[in-house]
Amino acid sequence: MTYRFDFSWLLTYWPVLVKGAAITVQLILVGALLGVALGIACAWVRSLGPRWLRPVAGAYVELIRNTPFLIQLFFIFFGLPSLGVQMSELQAANLAMIVNLGAYSGEIIRAGIEATPRGQFEAGASLAMTRFETFRHVVLLPALQRIWPALSSQVVIVMLGSAVVSQIAAEDLTFSANFIQSRTFRAFETYFVSTAFYLALALALRQALRGVGNALFARRAAP
Amino acid sequence: MMEFSTWDILRNLLLAARWTVLLSLVSFVGGGLLGVALLFLRIGRGALGRRFAKGYIELLQSTPLLMQLFLAFFGLGLFGIDVPAWLAAGAALILWTAAFLAEIWRGCVDAVAKGQWEASSSLGMGYVQQMRHVILPQALRVAVPPTVGFSVQVVKGTALTSIIGFVELSKAGTVVTNATFQPFTVYGLVALIYFALCWPLSKSSQILERKLHVAHRHH
Repeated sequence: MTYRFDFSWLLTYWPVLVKGAAITVQLILVGALLGVALGIACAWVRSLGPRWLRPVAGAYVELIRNTPFLIQLFFIFFGLPSLGVQMSELQAANLAMIVNLGAYSGEIIRAGIEATPRGQFEAGASLAMTRFETFRHVVLLPALQRIWPALSSQVVIVMLGSAVVSQIAAEDLTFSANFIQSRTFRAFETYFVSTAFYLALALALRQALRGVGNALFARRAAP
Repeated sequence: MMEFSTWDILRNLLLAARWTVLLSLVSFVGGGLLGVALLFLRIGRGALGRRFAKGYIELLQSTPLLMQLFLAFFGLGLFGIDVPAWLAAGAALILWTAAFLAEIWRGCVDAVAKGQWEASSSLGMGYVQQMRHVILPQALRVAVPPTVGFSVQVVKGTALTSIIGFVELSKAGTVVTNATFQPFTVYGLVALIYFALCWPLSKSSQILERKLHVAHRHH
């Protein structure tokens, strides 16, 4: 191997990488918040919601979980405009991540809801709470606590999957890497450094989610 | 301008889907073999091997598959070989699949009750005998549903290889879109083909899991 590694481009181009990383962080923050919210709604429909709506939510979950994120992204960004829905690259990337995480987290949260002991629902009903109030005040938080580790890993998986949004020219970390690579011709070094960035982001995100979990469930004993 | 019927589009996509299927099979089988090797390192007696396997798994699970594909594509090129896209795609997917399968299987080995280890060692079995006759047969039963479930991730993972220029279903979708200007139809059909490949796998994984649960309840 006669190749000589050269990382000197980092001196000039590191702000580009940082800017890309900031976009990736923004994407996963919005994606995680709204995606988990959609997941909670979806899980509620599938386990406690109106019967006619259940197959709809079920079809949504199955459809998203059995198709690649890249195709969902292309369908949203290239396909939807023919129905008159126009979006910027970042909006399309955000929407795709929300829709994707919504389906996965919906399935995870549903498992948490279904592990709730029946007595909890009955106790809620005996206090004259409606089914929705019982869900909101009694069932939801312990259900989330039960599945928090699985939900956290799914959020990290979606963050790592977001690397493909560069394919619709959303200017995330991978987009920055592609840009630098095309300027410096140092492909391996560029992707090596950006992979390290993703690794750091993944570790930080995992830590942050653990912190959020601790804060959310602080006053509750372990289930 | 040439007109394309929906059948023309579908036919071209289905032809390309063969490569998705082939790449998925290669990645799954190759990743499975490497995954077994990693598993034995991970649960083995050697501290160094355990640490290596743990680090490998964590690294590959904490970085994007797309970056791994890029690194394989450009990294192999550093050795002065001209890297075709299929080679980089296959290599990266095998390495990626192995990490996930090894971790899934480790969970299955851990799920075998502690008493089984103690009982078999009290019968004077050595490590290899314990593994061969007691632990692995039980772990294998637990491992089938999540392994089938993970094959869905492999099929979906192959979509990323279109980005480094391997022509499979997703790449064909882009090519056909550029020729027909019908992104809604084309990507809709692409999604349906992926669904047709993945859904039976997801479903059978669920059914297998349910069967296993029923079997467990009879204890």
